[in-house]
Amino acid sequence: MTIREKGWKEIAPAGVCSKPSTEFLTGDWKTYQPVRDTAKCTRCLLCVLFCPDGAIHWKPEKADIEFDFNFCKGCGICANECPTKAIEMKLE
Amino acid sequence: MKSVVKQEVLALNGDEAVAYAAKQSDVDVVAAYPITPQTIIVEKFSEYVANGEVETEFVCTESEHTALTACLAASVTGARAFTASASAGLALMHEILFVTSGCRAPVVMAIANRALSAPINIHADHSDSIAERDSGWIQIYAENTQEVYDTIIQAFRIAENQNVLLPVIVGLDGFTLSHTLENVSVLPDDAVKEFVGTRQLPSVLTHEGKTAPFKLDPENPMSMGPLALPNYYFEFKRQQEEAMKNALTVIQQVNGEYAEMTSRSYGNGLLESYCLEDAEIAAVCLGSTAGTMKAVVDELRAEGVKAGLLRIRSFRPLPVKEITKALEKVKAVAVMDRSLSFGGNGGAIYHEVRHVLYDGRVHPYVVNYIYGLGGRDTSPSQLRRIYEDLQKILKVQRVENPIQYLELRE
Repeated sequence: MTIREKGWKEIAPAGVCSKPSTEFLTGDWKTYQPVRDTAKCTRCLLCVLFCPDGAIHWKPEKADIEFDFNFCKGCGICANECPTKAIEMKLE
Repeated sequence: MKSVVKQEVLALNGDEAVAYAAKQSDVDVVAAYPITPQTIIVEKFSEYVANGEVETEFVCTESEHTALTACLAASVTGARAFTASASAGLALMHEILFVTSGCRAPVVMAIANRALSAPINIHADHSDSIAERDSGWIQIYAENTQEVYDTIIQAFRIAENQNVLLPVIVGLDGFTLSHTLENVSVLPDDAVKEFVGTRQLPSVLTHEGKTAPFKLDPENPMSMGPLALPNYYFEFKRQQEEAMKNALTVIQQVNGEYAEMTSRSYGNGLLESYCLEDAEIAAVCLGSTAGTMKAVVDELRAEGVKAGLLRIRSFRPLPVKEITKALEKVKAVAVMDRSLSFGGNGGAIYHEVRHVLYDGRVHPYVVNYIYGLGGRDTSPSQLRRIYEDLQKILKVQRVENPIQYLELRE
């Protein structure tokens, strides 16, 4: 989908955001993607706490975590912090 | 037309005049850090706060970087913010100068112009604010203490105009103006309060799709300047350039309105022409040097020499059309720079005035005088020699050496 980008006369001053940050998908910045070994993962949720972008969610209905690749930037902090080394960063 | 308001004459130095004007301008937040020769502004304003003479929130910060950041933060919530600095203090603000103009925060800042280290020097030159010419701030330079007082009051009106929304630097030469006592006509408090008014905010469309006043407010959340990638950053910068263009008109309007109230006008607000109508030779300068220059022009005029002076009051935005018109009949021009652009073939004012003249119908001879660095005194006899040099240039019809250093020892 092509969005028509606005001209300087049409936009608010000072970089005032026209959309909330949840609509700016920033997940395409990454080079490495976290891949989880569900057998090794103990659902300790440390990765959820450490993710600087809030891109790992705890899903109570599934009793499991879920990566949100719309916002994951592939920084690898989750893999680094995982106590059971259940996350591996793989080249996309 | 308004009638002229009755005024009181006070003996004030430039810094006190700044503080007095800020006190009367209904400022909500002052965050500042003292530095010579601006210190008196901060000290004086602190006294007003301590005495309960103002309702201003005064923030003592640990650095100039923080002082401007605090002013910026206050300004984007819709408050009126003021600060002051000089030299190394302004240099430390460098990063936040761009953030302030980019956030379209109309902060007013007095700069008691001072040289930059090294070697350390506390005296006047324009190196500090000229180095910040591309930071997106309006820059207005005052000639005397009266103008310093008047310009601070005007600056709030210019900065906060909805077609402008840009921060303003008011330059006053360190010591020459900042510390020198002059008679200053001051307006009554209520007249200034009425003139500056309360801040009016434009409406913007927020990310929630609401139209809200342009300020940070929990009732109407919005994000200012968080991130603009290559697809939008350029457009925001173009808006700032348009605001500068709009400021050319607003500075003149405010100067005119202020003149109605006080009977004091500074040229058209952007620049001041002195004996230029029939001048053959002219100098161009900023700030307090213009006062001495005018005395020299008077002297030369009495001797029948067709000398004139152009004082640029608004350096940013640069009044291109007005400079062209003011100098259109002049045959030889000396541009005075109280700062040096190392390796740049002359000073900033020279570059810009010469650049403006390129589009003129006639091209006068143009010569640059670097002068008064680090507070080097510039006497009437030295300035007179500049006009004598211009006369020689007209005689030989040639500029031998376009970059001159006034009274520099070999």
